[in-house]
Amino acid sequence: MGYSLNIDNMNTVIKKWSESYLIYAPKCFEGGGTFSDTDVVRYGQIENVEEIVFNKKSDFSFKEVLLPISETLFYFTEDSVKEADERKKKAIIFLRSCDLHSVRRLDEIYLNNGFEDYYYKRLRENVKFILLGCKSSFENCFCVDMQTNKVDSYHASIDYDGESFLIDNKCSDFENDFENSFNKKQDVIPSYVTENHVKVNIPDNITLDIIKSKMWDEYDSRCISCGRCNFVCPTCTCFTMQDIFYTDNGKAGERRRVWASCMVDGYTDVAGGGSYRKNNGQRMRFKVLHKVYDYKKRNGYHMCVGCGRCDDICPQYISYSNCINKLENAMKEVNEIES
Amino acid sequence: MMDLNTKQLKRNAFRVTKVRGYTASRIRVPGGHMQSKYLVMLHEIAEKYGNGTIHITNRQGFEIPGIKFESMPEVNKLLQPIIEGLDINQSDKGQGYSAAGTRNITACIGNQVCPYGCYDTTNFARKIEKAVFPHNLHFKIALTGCHNDCAKVRMHDFGIIGMTMPQYDKDKCVNCGACVKKCEKKSVNALQTVNYKVERNEGKCIGCGECVLNCPTGAWTRSKEKYYRLTLLGRSGKKNPRLAENYVKWIDEESIIKIIKNTYDYVEKYIDPNAFEGKEHIGYIVDRTGFKEYEKWALKDVKLPEIAEVSTTMYWNGIKY
Repeated sequence: MGYSLNIDNMNTVIKKWSESYLIYAPKCFEGGGTFSDTDVVRYGQIENVEEIVFNKKSDFSFKEVLLPISETLFYFTEDSVKEADERKKKAIIFLRSCDLHSVRRLDEIYLNNGFEDYYYKRLRENVKFILLGCKSSFENCFCVDMQTNKVDSYHASIDYDGESFLIDNKCSDFENDFENSFNKKQDVIPSYVTENHVKVNIPDNITLDIIKSKMWDEYDSRCISCGRCNFVCPTCTCFTMQDIFYTDNGKAGERRRVWASCMVDGYTDVAGGGSYRKNNGQRMRFKVLHKVYDYKKRNGYHMCVGCGRCDDICPQYISYSNCINKLENAMKEVNEIES
Repeated sequence: MMDLNTKQLKRNAFRVTKVRGYTASRIRVPGGHMQSKYLVMLHEIAEKYGNGTIHITNRQGFEIPGIKFESMPEVNKLLQPIIEGLDINQSDKGQGYSAAGTRNITACIGNQVCPYGCYDTTNFARKIEKAVFPHNLHFKIALTGCHNDCAKVRMHDFGIIGMTMPQYDKDKCVNCGACVKKCEKKSVNALQTVNYKVERNEGKCIGCGECVLNCPTGAWTRSKEKYYRLTLLGRSGKKNPRLAENYVKWIDEESIIKIIKNTYDYVEKYIDPNAFEGKEHIGYIVDRTGFKEYEKWALKDVKLPEIAEVSTTMYWNGIKY
């Protein structure tokens, strides 16, 4: 059902929601940017619709809501273990089409990849998604080529035309809230991007021989292995474990899991002091091929959703989409060596 | 027959040069940043009244040499749009600069451009300029965006170094180690990893922002408030060139301006009455009165932020002949 709401009515709905949900949306943190006097757009809880940033891509994705950056799993002391409490309320997440597509990837890894991840599941089950329509492409987006520009799996969608909020609601739980507060009923199709400036070409003929290509070498020196590309990515799912013994009582502690990055030192460290991918170029190769090759072999669709945040954030101006576009020539290069 | 009051023309930001009959005009550019249109005006002065050359001064101003003394009034007229455009305080419109003793206030490019800059150096420089100029006392003030001190503020009476108070959100930290490594290699080694999270040694930290700059998850952010380190009484020169010493760490803008203004009162009271051309480095005056007496004047009515750390004793070294 489609609705049009003015700001006051939209805020009435949000206020109603906040009784039973934590509401997360991309919002502007003034002065929160890396550099002095710069802002950052990232996910946080909102209380009214004016806080939602509609006209910019968020620097970080919604991922941290479903998959906290640092999450305590349980507490332990002597013979007992206590599981960390789960979030007290259900959650609503405002997110764009590419990000909603990435939820499918997160589910694939955490729910369907052999066993269900308990901690992910308990957060995931209690989440509803509200699609933020995209009127036009942002810089570095390539959702159209990744086929993530359109999406149906939202509970509700929201578009802002400068005056009103246009809603397409599919969720029975929300129905009363909108029915009580709408200004107008109308058909709403969430806006979506039909063309990006950035185009990517992922060749069909990639084989493992591509590892031998020289294309990876330039990243040895260009990349600083900071991991920003992983941390902003809505589909990166790696984590590592930390067992902590509290400093003032070594008999008590907690187990945490925190995000890990395949670009950062230590990721491939193994017992005995070994480390599999020392060169940054090889780390780049691993990451890129995971996003547009390995994952697809197993699951039938690409992991990358084309949000372009990795390009947006890279302090060394390394473009991941440009790297993808080098794969075709790299395959030619390695096939020539072979023949 | 040329009859000139050299004392007066110097105070008008002209110079007595080695070439008899010719002067040079000095243009102040607070914060070292301006609209490029003013370069065209300077070009016009140099072409019309000078020898067609312009010197970029050590203090980020300009000096136009080869001007005949009798052209000074015309030059002052042409300087007027520059003086007004750069918002320089002036006692008599159209009469050029009203003083020259308090030198141009210099600044590195700051956070308008530089990733390391912790504040807008140009704007703060302009604010100080508004507060202290025109004045005939010989004061040198310089601002730099961060502890790299590209502006070499420790060579000045007042050195202002930008700082940020790092804010740490434990829940966003993934223990990648970037901040700890960068702080150790590039800064003062104030961070250490404890239980996979980071602890900051507050005493050691110089607020350079390397942790914020290198944090890939935004666990480190900058404080809303801007802070500074104020360094005192550095100088070059013949007698006893020396670098400035740290005075207040985590000081705010307002207190800095107040301390500088208070220092004018102190110098007026204690400057050597026989100082050559009324010009004496503040440092020599403080050597004479003792630092405690200076501090009494400097901190008058100053309300430092609670976190400010004030050096209780100040000793300068440097080269003594």
